[in-house]
Amino acid sequence: MPVLWLRIALACYAVGLLYALVAITRTSDLFNRIALHAAYLGMVLHFVSLMEGVFLSDHIAAAVVHNSESVLGFLVMVAFLLVYAVYKTTSPGIVVFPLVFLLTFVAATGEQPFLQLTPGVRSGWLFAHIVLIFAGYAALILSFIASLLYLAQERSLKSKKAAGILSRLPALQVIDEIGFRSLLLGFPFMTLGLITGTIVAQATYGHVDLFDPKILLSVLMWAVYLLLLYTRWNAGWRGRRAAYLAAGAFAAAIVAWAANYFSTIHRFAQS
Amino acid sequence: MNFQLIGINHNTAPVEVREQMAVPESRLADALGKLVHHPGVEEGLILSTCNRVEVLAQTRNGSADLRSFLHGYFHLDPEKFAPHLYEYRERDAIRHLFRVTSSLDSMVVGEPQILGQVKEAYATARAVGAIHAQLDLLLTRSFAVAKRVRTETAVGSSAVSVASVAVELAQKIFGSLKGTHVCLIGAGKMSELAARHLQAHGAESIFVANRTYERATQLAAKFKGEAIHFSDIYEFCDKADIIISSTGAPVAIFRREHGERFLARRKNRPMFFIDIAVPRDVDPQMNKLDGIFVYDIDDLQQAVAAHTADRQREAERAEAIIQSEVERFLGRLQTLEVVPTIVSLQDHLETIRQAEIDRVRGRLGELSPEQELAIETLTRGIVNKIMHTPISTLKTAAREAEATTVVDVVRRLFNLQEREKEKAKSSGTAGDQD
Repeated sequence: MPVLWLRIALACYAVGLLYALVAITRTSDLFNRIALHAAYLGMVLHFVSLMEGVFLSDHIAAAVVHNSESVLGFLVMVAFLLVYAVYKTTSPGIVVFPLVFLLTFVAATGEQPFLQLTPGVRSGWLFAHIVLIFAGYAALILSFIASLLYLAQERSLKSKKAAGILSRLPALQVIDEIGFRSLLLGFPFMTLGLITGTIVAQATYGHVDLFDPKILLSVLMWAVYLLLLYTRWNAGWRGRRAAYLAAGAFAAAIVAWAANYFSTIHRFAQS
Repeated sequence: MNFQLIGINHNTAPVEVREQMAVPESRLADALGKLVHHPGVEEGLILSTCNRVEVLAQTRNGSADLRSFLHGYFHLDPEKFAPHLYEYRERDAIRHLFRVTSSLDSMVVGEPQILGQVKEAYATARAVGAIHAQLDLLLTRSFAVAKRVRTETAVGSSAVSVASVAVELAQKIFGSLKGTHVCLIGAGKMSELAARHLQAHGAESIFVANRTYERATQLAAKFKGEAIHFSDIYEFCDKADIIISSTGAPVAIFRREHGERFLARRKNRPMFFIDIAVPRDVDPQMNKLDGIFVYDIDDLQQAVAAHTADRQREAERAEAIIQSEVERFLGRLQTLEVVPTIVSLQDHLETIRQAEIDRVRGRLGELSPEQELAIETLTRGIVNKIMHTPISTLKTAAREAEATTVVDVVRRLFNLQEREKEKAKSSGTAGDQD
C-alpha cells in the first residue's frame, strides 16, 4: 500500500513545515536538527512509497505518471538535501518544506487524474521524459527559492539590521551560487526532457503538432528558462531582476503543467 | 582647578550632525589656538574623532563660555545644535574624560583606538602650547587610568572592533573572503586595521589609493599590495569587491552614477563599501542600488553594539575603577593646592625667626658654638611646635572638600597673600607667565 508510506512521509514533512513556520520568527538549533532528520526520514519513506508504486503497477511509466506530484515533491526534497550536503544550509527549507508538503499532501489524498497511455508508446522514453522534466522543474523551483532568499538576505543587509532568521541565511554569494548552479544543472534536464517528449510524441502520433497548447507552453517555458540563464550569464542579473525572471519561468512551468488538461496529445484520461 | 568640557558624541548626535563639527587633523592646531584665546580659557584640548568632538578646557574661574566658542568656530546655529551638546564641569568633566579614554564611552565599549586618539590630541595640544599645567596632569592621569582599566578588567579583551564587524559583514555578502579584492581609499589607522582583518580572513589582494602617492606606496608595501593613483580610482574600483574609504574629502567621492558604472562593469557582482570617513565619502543613495552595500561608521557601530551586551558586567567594574580614580585625582589636585600655602607659611615663620635672632644677637655678646646651637635649636623648636597643628590641619583638609576654606583662613591669619606679593615685587618678575 504505497499510500501508507506516503502518508507517514507526509507526517515527517509536516515537521519540516512546522519548522518553516517557526523559523520565520525565531531560530533554534535543536529544532533545525529535528526538521532535518524528519526530512531525511520523509525522503526515504517517500522513495519506498514510489518504488512500491512501481512494483505494484505493471507499467513503470504509468506508475510515475500516476504519482506525478509525489515524484516532483520527492525530487525537490532530494535537491534540497543535496544543497544541504554541499552548503550546510537549511534556509531554502522555509519554502521547500511547505511546497513538498503540499505536493505530497495532494499525492497522498487526492484522486489522481489518469494520463492516457497510448499502446505502442515505448515506456522507456516516456519514463525518461517524465523524470527529466521533473528534475528540471525541481531545479527551477530551487532556483526560484534561492532568488527569494537572495532578496531576503539583500534586504536584511541593506536595512542594516540582522534579526531573526535572516541573520542565519547563508552569505549572499552562496545563495547566488545555489540559485545559479541549480539553474545550470536543471537546464540539460529540462532540454532533454523536452526532446524525449518530442520523441514520445513522434512515436505515438507520427508527427508533432507545434500549436498544441502543451507544446507551445513547454517551449515558452524553455525559452524563459534559457533567457534566465542568458541574463545571468551575460549581464550577471541577480537579486530582484533574477527573482522576477525565475518567477516568470516558474509561472510558465505551472501553466505548462496545467495545459495537460487542454492538450490533445498530452491528455489525461477521463476519470 | 576649573575644568570644563563640552562635546557631542555618537549617543547625542547622528553622523549628519557630527560631520559638521569634525575638526580635520590639519586644522586642529589652528582650532586650538582659537580655543586658548577664547575669553576665560587658560588651557585647552580638542578631541575630534569620527564618534565625538570634545573640547576640554582649564578655565580661569570656571566661567568660560565654551558653547559660544563652538558656535563661533563652526558657524553653527546654536538652536539646532544645543540639544546634541553635553557639558560637564570639575568632577564630572574629569569622570567623563576618564571614561572616554578608557573606552567606556565608546559605542564599542572597550575598543582600543580611542586611547591612541586621545594621546594624539594631547600631543598636538602640547605641541602648540595649549596644554602646560593642570590639563597636563589630568591627561597623563587619564592615560594611567585607561591602562588600569585595560589590565584590571576584561572590557578590552574581547573588543569587537569596527574592523572585525566589517569582516563579518563582508562574509555575509561574499561568503568566504578567499579571492576577494580590497581597495583602500585614503590611508587611515582604522581603514588599515580593517584591511588587515580582511587580509587575515583570506582577502586576496589589497590596493591602496591616497591623495599623496608616496603614502599609498608605503601602505601598499605593508600589505604586499599595490598602490594606485588617486585619479584612477573610478577606473579601478570596479575590480575591488570591498572598498574601504576614509578620505578627508569634504563631499562624497562615490556617487550613485559611479555605482551604476561599477555594477555594469562588474556584471552586477555585489560590492561592499565600508565608509569610515566623516564627512562621509560614499553617497547614501548608493545603498539603493541593487548589489551595492554601503555601511557608514554609524551602521558599523550599530552592528557592533549588538555584540556588546555580555561586556556590560566588565564595564560596571571599570566604572567603579574610574570612580575611585576620579576621587584620587581630585585629592591629588587639592593637595597640590595646599602645598604652596604650607611652603609660604614655613617661609614666613622662618623669616620671623631669623629676624628675631638677628635682633637679639647683638645684645648677647660672644657665644660659644654650643650656645649658638642651643639658640638655633630653641627657636626652631618653638616655630616647629607652633606650625605643627596648622600644617597637619592643612594636609587633612586637602583630602576633604573644605580644603579651599581652610587654606583661605590660614592665608588670612598669617597675611600670606600680602607677603607673597611683596616678595614677588622685590624679586622682580617671578610671575607664572610663559
